[in-house]
Amino acid sequence: MPKRMHQAMLIVACLLALIASANAQTLRIGLAEDPDVLDPTLARSFVGRIVFASLCDKLFDIDEKLAIVPQLAESYQWSSDSKALTIKVRAGVTFHDGEKLDAAAVKYSLERHKTMAGSNRRGELAPLASVDVVDPMTVRLNLSAPFSPLLAQLADRAGMIVSPKAAQAAGDKFGARPVCAGPFQFTERVAQDRIVLERYANYWNKGTIHFDRVVFLPIPDSTVRLANLRSGQLDFIERLAASDVPQLKSDARFGITKITEIGYQGITINVGKSDLAQKNPLGRDPRVREAFELALDREGIVQVAMDGEADVGNQWVAPNNTFYAKNVPIPARNLARAKQLLQEAGVPNASFTLMTPTTADAQRIAQVVQAMAREAGFDVKIQSTEFATSLDLADKGQFDAYVLAWSGRADPDGNIYSFDACKQPLNYAGYCKPGVDDLLNRSRSTRDVDERRQLFSELAAIALKDRPIVYLFHRHWLWAYTSKLEGLRAVPDGLVRVNGLRFK
Amino acid sequence: MSTFLIRRVAAIVPTLLFVSILIFGLQQLLPGDPAMVLAGEERDPAVIAHLRETMHLDQPFPVRYLYWLRGVVHGDLGESLRMQQPVGALIAAKLPVTLELACIAIVIALAIGIPAGVVSAVRRGTAWDYGANVVALWGLSTPNFWLGIMLILLFSVTLGWLPASGYVSPFENWRANLASMIMPAFVLGNAIAAVLMRHTRSAMLQVLSSDYVRTARAKGARERDVVLKHALRNALIPIITLGALEFGTLLSGAVLTEQVFTIPGFGKLIVDAVFNRDYAVVQGVVLFTATAYIMLNLVADIAYAVVNPRIRVQ
Repeated sequence: MPKRMHQAMLIVACLLALIASANAQTLRIGLAEDPDVLDPTLARSFVGRIVFASLCDKLFDIDEKLAIVPQLAESYQWSSDSKALTIKVRAGVTFHDGEKLDAAAVKYSLERHKTMAGSNRRGELAPLASVDVVDPMTVRLNLSAPFSPLLAQLADRAGMIVSPKAAQAAGDKFGARPVCAGPFQFTERVAQDRIVLERYANYWNKGTIHFDRVVFLPIPDSTVRLANLRSGQLDFIERLAASDVPQLKSDARFGITKITEIGYQGITINVGKSDLAQKNPLGRDPRVREAFELALDREGIVQVAMDGEADVGNQWVAPNNTFYAKNVPIPARNLARAKQLLQEAGVPNASFTLMTPTTADAQRIAQVVQAMAREAGFDVKIQSTEFATSLDLADKGQFDAYVLAWSGRADPDGNIYSFDACKQPLNYAGYCKPGVDDLLNRSRSTRDVDERRQLFSELAAIALKDRPIVYLFHRHWLWAYTSKLEGLRAVPDGLVRVNGLRFK
Repeated sequence: MSTFLIRRVAAIVPTLLFVSILIFGLQQLLPGDPAMVLAGEERDPAVIAHLRETMHLDQPFPVRYLYWLRGVVHGDLGESLRMQQPVGALIAAKLPVTLELACIAIVIALAIGIPAGVVSAVRRGTAWDYGANVVALWGLSTPNFWLGIMLILLFSVTLGWLPASGYVSPFENWRANLASMIMPAFVLGNAIAAVLMRHTRSAMLQVLSSDYVRTARAKGARERDVVLKHALRNALIPIITLGALEFGTLLSGAVLTEQVFTIPGFGKLIVDAVFNRDYAVVQGVVLFTATAYIMLNLVADIAYAVVNPRIRVQ
């Protein structure tokens, strides 16, 4: 009898295992690129952030309305002089290697971001002077000066906390096998082929996780990515081609989500990066730049170049953003005024070269801009240049105008400071104005939203008149997925949050 | 023979050295700063400076070359800065994938090209001949990426028979491996099949009009034997040479097909590396390919010398 009992138990156990394996659910996500190194300190690509959203939790996160919400932080408090941020760390959180996440681990990660050779987070955390462990679950971040974008920085890779034990053991090879505190733990990566993550059983918020495994498959060609979704080999794809939207919309088996990006698409103008700026009427004369902007019909550009899948804009943030400067609205196309300005500047047929990367979107934008500007009298020559080369030319100031996109940051500071402040790394325009620097620095030093809004309005009145960048539009992040998937959260940073995501 | 061998092997060293200088030098001519590309969107000056130091970009050209050569001599091809993996390991992982793809493609090409060429030559001027020529023309003029996407739409999206893209190792699941390889291999094989068909046809037409074929027929040999045993055997010699050449081209020319079907092979590795200015990977892959060609050349030279002793003396 005991033997029979044993056999019966064995059969039941096998059946349970079978049921469990049948229920094991995998979410397969098609990415537009192969992510770079999976170390939050060293990582640099947008697509890598999509993987991190499942792998590494952050001190804070952003929600659908760009509000900062605590994640690994339980609560936080600013000091009265805004030079210290005290964070209470969430209790009961462990890393994927079982180590406890506490204040010491937070201090370790932040210091790693600040000091590791080649860290891409150092600039983001520049004002962070030191980190104190107040008690086992509380840290204090001491700043050299008030820095209002800090919370937004901690809601991205700079706020990701890694296991000190694993990071110390792996050194600069940590990215090959990252150990964080996210809902899924790293299992396998085959370069250019797949990244596999398994559910972490002791995740602090495990009630929101409904998949056992997430597989990321980089498929650069958007047609092939879509074919994989339609043939059922993928459950979700990011960056659906705008031209595929109508076709997929009519198919009930799939859903589409559109999110207006926090970044922008614009044309950077060389106004002072090199001697070329003075040799060209566009870089030399603000009236010519104004004429150029007035020659553009942004709505037309969006319709023709983006199949309508973008929101027109004229600033570093989209018009629906709380920091959008309402005092500088989107200018309407005005060819008569544009021609008049060119006459006044003495260059009725101003000529310049528009450098553009070889991506399909950038090429189309350049062609539409060329056609529109011609109607005002401009002679625009398009110079298609491979991306890495174009970047090099832009950095050396060897360009007149450059079609360039920015993926965007949650705080407006991340979309403007490095582009418009003097001698900043992304200031390809070579724009430098002490008044602008002053406004930018003041906007960093206050946490008062109304005050910041006012400062950005003043900034817009100057910078959008000088036009080192002519902002065109804000693209839609287009997600396509099987209609069986529910619980998607459309957060403007374009990253896929797995929390709450499930099959119906 | 041994003197010949020593001479040939000794000649490889300066050849490889010259090739390595060429690879390294040409790479430096690529426009764009690799440190800037690898620094990502933020382009933090401190990160760029660190990357320049890591890649020895702050050193003059000869010093950089010697750093690299020292590694190569010690069997270290460097590390991919983007993927943080040794270049040697990347090559070892990607090469078998492309080799498998090339092997299946060439088998498909031979299986289609030779019979089609034979039928076309034997039934010259008939509907079979015209049909085969139309197929050949189609194969030659169809762009790989277009055919690839059409096949994906038909067999993956509409019929749901095959995976749209990706790769599964044969050691993991050989059925899935075959399913993932068949479409890209067909796309690659299709174009080669057309070339093979045209060459087989002309070679067969030439052989079929030769005296010994007429003699074989006069002897009363069956037409099937005349075609397959007498004519095809002789016609195959230039076809095999052509097939071998095409195979070599496949190894380096599968880039587009690998891109469309997202096959993580050799072609995709080098293309991504060039666009990301991942110098170590580009140098490693090109050096590996060049060495492989030089070695194959050596084997061919030795084979000639074995077959023809006069070559050894020369």
